[in-house]
Amino acid sequence: MSRLLYLLPLLLFVILAGYFTASLRSGRDIRELPSALISKPAPNFDLDGLGRSEKLSLSGLKGHPAVINFFASWCVPCRVEHPLLMRLKTENHVTIYGIAYKDKPADSLKLLDTYGDPYARVGVDQAGLTGLDFGVYGVPETYVLDSAGIIRKRFVGPLTAESVDTELLPLLKQLEHASGGAS
Amino acid sequence: MITELGHFALILALFVAIVQATVPLIGAARRHNGWMMFGRACALAGLVLTTQAMLALMHAYVVSDFSVINVIANSHTDKPLLYKITGVWGNHEGSMLLWVFMLAVCSAAVALFSDNLPPALLARVMAVQGMIAVGFLLFILLTSNPFLRSVPPALNGNGLNPVLQDPGLAFHPPFLYLGYVGFSVAFSFAVAALIEGRVDAAWARWVRPWTLASWCALTIGIAMGSWWAYYTLGWGGWWFWDPVENASFMPWLVGTALIHSAIVVEKRDTLKSWTILLAIITFSLSLVGTFLVRSGVLTSVHAFATDPERGSFILGLLVAAIGGSLTLYAIRAPALRGGGLFAPISREGALVLNNLLLSCGCATVFLGTLYPLFLDATGGPKLSVGFPFFNRTFVPMMVPMVIAVGIGPMLAWKRGDLLGALQRVWAAYIATALAVLIAFYVTNGGPVLAVLGFGLATWLATAVVIELTDRLGLFRIAVRDSLHRAIRLPRAAYGMSIAHFGLAVSVAGFSASAFDREAIEVVKIGNAIDIAGYHLVLESVDRIPGPNYVADDAAVRVSHDGHLVKVMHPERRFFPLQSQTTSETAIRTNLLSDLYIALGDPGDGGGAWTLRVYWKPLVPFIWLGAVIMAFGGLVSLSDRRWRVGVAKRARGKGPVASAAAAE
Repeated sequence: MSRLLYLLPLLLFVILAGYFTASLRSGRDIRELPSALISKPAPNFDLDGLGRSEKLSLSGLKGHPAVINFFASWCVPCRVEHPLLMRLKTENHVTIYGIAYKDKPADSLKLLDTYGDPYARVGVDQAGLTGLDFGVYGVPETYVLDSAGIIRKRFVGPLTAESVDTELLPLLKQLEHASGGAS
Repeated sequence: MITELGHFALILALFVAIVQATVPLIGAARRHNGWMMFGRACALAGLVLTTQAMLALMHAYVVSDFSVINVIANSHTDKPLLYKITGVWGNHEGSMLLWVFMLAVCSAAVALFSDNLPPALLARVMAVQGMIAVGFLLFILLTSNPFLRSVPPALNGNGLNPVLQDPGLAFHPPFLYLGYVGFSVAFSFAVAALIEGRVDAAWARWVRPWTLASWCALTIGIAMGSWWAYYTLGWGGWWFWDPVENASFMPWLVGTALIHSAIVVEKRDTLKSWTILLAIITFSLSLVGTFLVRSGVLTSVHAFATDPERGSFILGLLVAAIGGSLTLYAIRAPALRGGGLFAPISREGALVLNNLLLSCGCATVFLGTLYPLFLDATGGPKLSVGFPFFNRTFVPMMVPMVIAVGIGPMLAWKRGDLLGALQRVWAAYIATALAVLIAFYVTNGGPVLAVLGFGLATWLATAVVIELTDRLGLFRIAVRDSLHRAIRLPRAAYGMSIAHFGLAVSVAGFSASAFDREAIEVVKIGNAIDIAGYHLVLESVDRIPGPNYVADDAAVRVSHDGHLVKVMHPERRFFPLQSQTTSETAIRTNLLSDLYIALGDPGDGGGAWTLRVYWKPLVPFIWLGAVIMAFGGLVSLSDRRWRVGVAKRARGKGPVASAAAAE
C-alpha cells in the first residue's frame, strides 16, 4: 500500500504528460488546434454590448464574413496585437467584432478609450462562457466566420503582421468573393 | 566574429555539460575520487563558457549587429541602451540563454561553496546539474539558437515592443529565472539523495540555504511582475490569476512549503520523503513556469502551441526531468525512514499543516489553470475559471494558513502546548477584534473579505511581535538580559519573524483594495478633480520628444488641504516605428496610499483631456510585504550555522542519527 503511495506522483504525471503529448501529436500545426470547430457552425452567442454598443449575437453577423477577436484589458499579448487591429481597421477597412473575455466592462471600455477602438461592435463575455464554447485557451484569439456563420479559421495568440498579410487578408478576400457571388 | 565565438562557446558548454553529467556519476559509483571531483572543474568551465556566450549576444545587441536574426527581430538602433541590454532576454531565445547562464552560476556556486560536502554527494549533485544543462543547451542549439546569422543583413531592426520597454519588466525575468534556476539545486540534491538512498539532517542543512536564496529571488520576481502589471496594465489591478502569473506563483507556493518542511528534516529528522517530493515538484513547476514567462514568444498558455517543434522538445525535456525523477522517487523513497516521532499538536504538526495548506493551495491553482484545457479535451460540461473560482477556493485555504502562521512558531517541538500558546497571545485577540471593528466601521459593513483580511493581518502581525518579545523575554526579565538574548538569538529566528511579518503586511495590502476610490473625467486645462481629500489641477499638456517616441506630457498639480504635494506627470507615448501608443501612469506614493493618474484621450475640440485618477490606500503594502518577506529570507540566510562547520554528517549519534548509522 505505502509503495503505491510513492508511485502516485509518477502516475499523475504520466496522465498529465500523456494528455499533453496526445494534444501535441494530434496535428502538426498546433495553431489550428483544436480543429473540431473548423468548418463547423460557430457556437451560438448573444452578448450584451459594451458601453453604448449594440448587442452582439451570432445571428446578427450572418450574411457577411466576420472577424471575431477575443481580447481582455488584463492581457499582455492583446496589447501587443492592438496596433495591428487598428491598422486592419484604418488601412484595410476590415470589420472586426470584439468579445471582451473575462474582463470587467469598465476596464474594457477604458482600454478602448485609451488606446483606440478597432472594433465595429464589442460583446461582453464577462463569465467567459462564450469563450469556452469557442474553445478559447487564452486571449487573444481570432476567428474568421464566413457569411453562413461557419468557422473558417482560428488564430491562436496574437496576430502578426505576417499572419495578417499571408492568411487573414487573403482568406477574407476569398470569403467576400464567395458571398458576393452567392447573393 | 564575436557572435561566432559565443555560438562556439555554447556548443563547447554542451560538451562540457555532457562530461559533467556522466563522469562524476560513474566516479561516485566506483568511489573514484578524481572522477568525482571532476564535476567541480566542469561546473566552473561551464560558467566561463556560458558567460562568454551571454556576453557575445549582449555585444551583438549593444553594437546593433543586424546580421544576427535575433537582434533584427528584437532591437533597433533608436532603442535606449538599457533596453538594448535587457532586450537580450526580452525574447525567447535570449531568455533561454539567460536561463542556462544562471544555471551555470548556480552549479559553479555549489562547486565553490561545498568544501564540507561528502565527495560522493557533491559528485552526484554536479552530475544532475549537468544533466539539466545538457537538456537546455540542446534545446537552445537545436530549436532556439540566438546566434543564427541573416544573409543578407538587415538595415535596421524591428524594435522591441514598446509595452515591454519598461524597467519593471526588464528586470522581472532575471529575478524570476534566478528563483526558478535556484530551485534546480534543491532538485539536484534531492535526486542525488535518492541515488544515494539517504537523507539526513546534514542533507537538509545543505539544501536549505539554496532553497531559501531561490525563494527570495522568486518572491522579488513575482512582486516585480505584479507591480509592473499594476502601473502599466490593469488600471490599478495587481493580480489577475492569469495563467502566466499562476505559472510563477505555483513554484513559489511549493517552494515555501519546501523551506518549511526542510526545517523539520533538519531539526527532527523526519518528513524526509515528503521533503524530497516537494523539492522535485518545486523544480518541475519552475520548469513549466520557465516556458510561460511574460517575455518573448512564449507569452501565455499558447506557449506549447505556437511552435510544434519547440513544443515537442519542451515536452520531452519535461518528461525526462520530471518523469525520471519521479520514477527514481517511486523506487527509492519508500526506503527513507523517518526518525523523530511527534504529537499532532507540536511545531512539526504546525509545519505539516502549513505544508498541507500550501500544497492544496498550489493544487487548486494548478487545477484552475489547466481545468479549461481538460474540459475541452473530455467534452465535459462548460465551466468558467477566473476570479470567482480562486476567491472561493484558494482564499479560504489561506485563511487558516495565516492563522496558523501566527501560532505555529510558539509551539514546542515534539509536543506543543496549544492552550498555553493561545493564552500567550491574548493581546493579539484584542488587537484583531479592534482591527475588525474599525474595518467594519470604515467600510460600513462592506465586503466580508476586506474585514476578514484586516483581522488576519493584525492577528499575524501582533502574534509575530508577541512571539519575538517572548523569546527575548522583554518586559519579563531585566533589559540587560533581554539585550543579551537578542544578541545570541540566531539570525534564522529573526529571519522567520521578519518574513512572517512581511506576510501580514501583504495581507493588509490585499484587503485594502475594498477602499479604493476612482474618478474618470474629461478635464479642461486649468480645471480640477477632487478625490479623497486631494485637489488635482490639470495645468498643461505638452508634446515632448523622447528617444524613440513622442510624448504628450501632462502636468497635474496635486494639493492636499491647500498645500502643494507634487506636480505629477502622466504621459501618453506614441512609438512611430510600431505605430503604437502606450500610457505612462504617474504614481505618487507615501507608502500608506497611492495616488495614481493616467492620461487618456484628448477631448473633442482640444484643450480637454481624459484623466483617470485613483486613490488606493495601503496598496504599496502588497509589494512592501513581499520585499520584507524576501529580506527575512536573506536575514535567515546570513545565519552563521550555514557557514560554520556544523554541517557535517552525523556519525550515528544524537538526534540527527539516521540511515547514516547503517553504513
